[in-house]
Amino acid sequence: MGWTRKDLLTMRELDAGEITLLVDTAASLQEIATREIKKVPALRGKTIVNLFYEASTRTRTSFEIAGKWLSADVVNFSASGSSVGKGESFVDTAKNIAAMSPDVVVVRHSSSGAAELLARELSCSIVNAGDGAHEHPTQALLDLLTIREKKGHFEGLHVAIVGDIAHSRVARSNIHGMRKLGMTVTVAGPPTLIPPFVQELGVKVAYRLEDAIRDVDVIMMLRLQQERMTGGLIPSLREYARYWGLSLDKLAAHARPDVLIMHPGPVNRGIELSPEVADGPYSVILDQVTKGVAVRMGVLLLLAGSKGGDGA
Amino acid sequence: MSSRPPRFREKAQVLDEAALDRALTRIAHEILEKNGGAADLAFVGLRTRGVTLAQRLRAKIAQIDGATLPVGTLDITLYRDDLGMRGTPVIRGTDIPFSIKGTTVVLVDDVLFTGRTIRAALDAIIDLGRPRAIQLAILIDRGHRELPIRPDYVGKNLPTSRRESVAVRLREHDGEDRVVIEEPEEA
Repeated sequence: MGWTRKDLLTMRELDAGEITLLVDTAASLQEIATREIKKVPALRGKTIVNLFYEASTRTRTSFEIAGKWLSADVVNFSASGSSVGKGESFVDTAKNIAAMSPDVVVVRHSSSGAAELLARELSCSIVNAGDGAHEHPTQALLDLLTIREKKGHFEGLHVAIVGDIAHSRVARSNIHGMRKLGMTVTVAGPPTLIPPFVQELGVKVAYRLEDAIRDVDVIMMLRLQQERMTGGLIPSLREYARYWGLSLDKLAAHARPDVLIMHPGPVNRGIELSPEVADGPYSVILDQVTKGVAVRMGVLLLLAGSKGGDGA
Repeated sequence: MSSRPPRFREKAQVLDEAALDRALTRIAHEILEKNGGAADLAFVGLRTRGVTLAQRLRAKIAQIDGATLPVGTLDITLYRDDLGMRGTPVIRGTDIPFSIKGTTVVLVDDVLFTGRTIRAALDAIIDLGRPRAIQLAILIDRGHRELPIRPDYVGKNLPTSRRESVAVRLREHDGEDRVVIEEPEEA
């Protein structure tokens, strides 16, 4: 199974073999994090630009660490403090950065399709680090790696994705990835936050938290994206927390004892997750972050370290 | 993955099961003799067959000396000088569950050819800590070195032509213990 793509834009475009290759590569690279000298020479002389038009803690930092552990030169660009403030367009900015010959550009943008636009315009590899409410493939890959390490396999697992499905690129990328790997997905949330026709992605829908979390192997709680919600979608944060927040009581009453609790971060403590659940024994939230570095190393390595050559 | 790899056919058998076993026994004795015993020795095998050979050498040394040496697994893909020229890098992971600081590492691989793999392995090991020394044990040395690298222990020196290939077949992977020279089939 070879890697032949120039870019990593969506989980939707990948097949099960490609997803497995990415997860396997990341799994093998995890060992580097345990070394005393956390550096291998694989991407020496390669340049990676992080082009971030939206705030990010985990994703940007972990792409930066991943690139540095692979010995690439990593440059961070953030929209604030750049010529974006002088009115330069997204594509113009990107073309100017591309003129400095990076090998990989990692892009985050609030518009869906931003990464695909760059992939068409630029000859270097593009990694989508989140585009609007569309996709966030490296998040889905690190979620998949976390699930496989904890559960041992993918096939037949049942995952509940709970919360603001409509605005969630994490949900969309995970749904595509999980369905391709033979997992069952139930999405759940208030009706205003469930996109119409979501069943066409091959998922079940639940409108009560209690129904969604019963008998599932994994509960993925999503962040209530207050910055993307223009109002009127939920009556109040307090009501949302009461009906859709995951507390220890609800877990004990309805979920399996071996369930995994995941969250892509940043957590709104007391809204979608009670602090006792976020920090509790079922939670793998920090494992997800650790695996994020390995996944991004894998992605960078396959994009910048592969050549569609003869493979001899 | 476009152009098809050449197909090889067997040209000659180099070692049979008994000869392969004798070569490993001799290497085990030489390792103990050169190092004055098994103290502070550790094996690191190169994926895949080097690891298997390292495990067999460990068993030999346990028979001879009673000492059970640690065996680590090294994947040198991230250290290759031709990464990015060879299709998709396949990372299978390094697993060295012991500290190599101060140990004498015996690096084990099946075939020594250009020496580039061993160059990568030396860098990979040194990134994990500072061993007291690194020695190299090889089952088949087929010549054609491109770097100043020389093995400390050799099962068999085997002059080959560059177009030939040496296949080390081991029970654990291939169901038989045998070393053969292969040559490309004429088109």
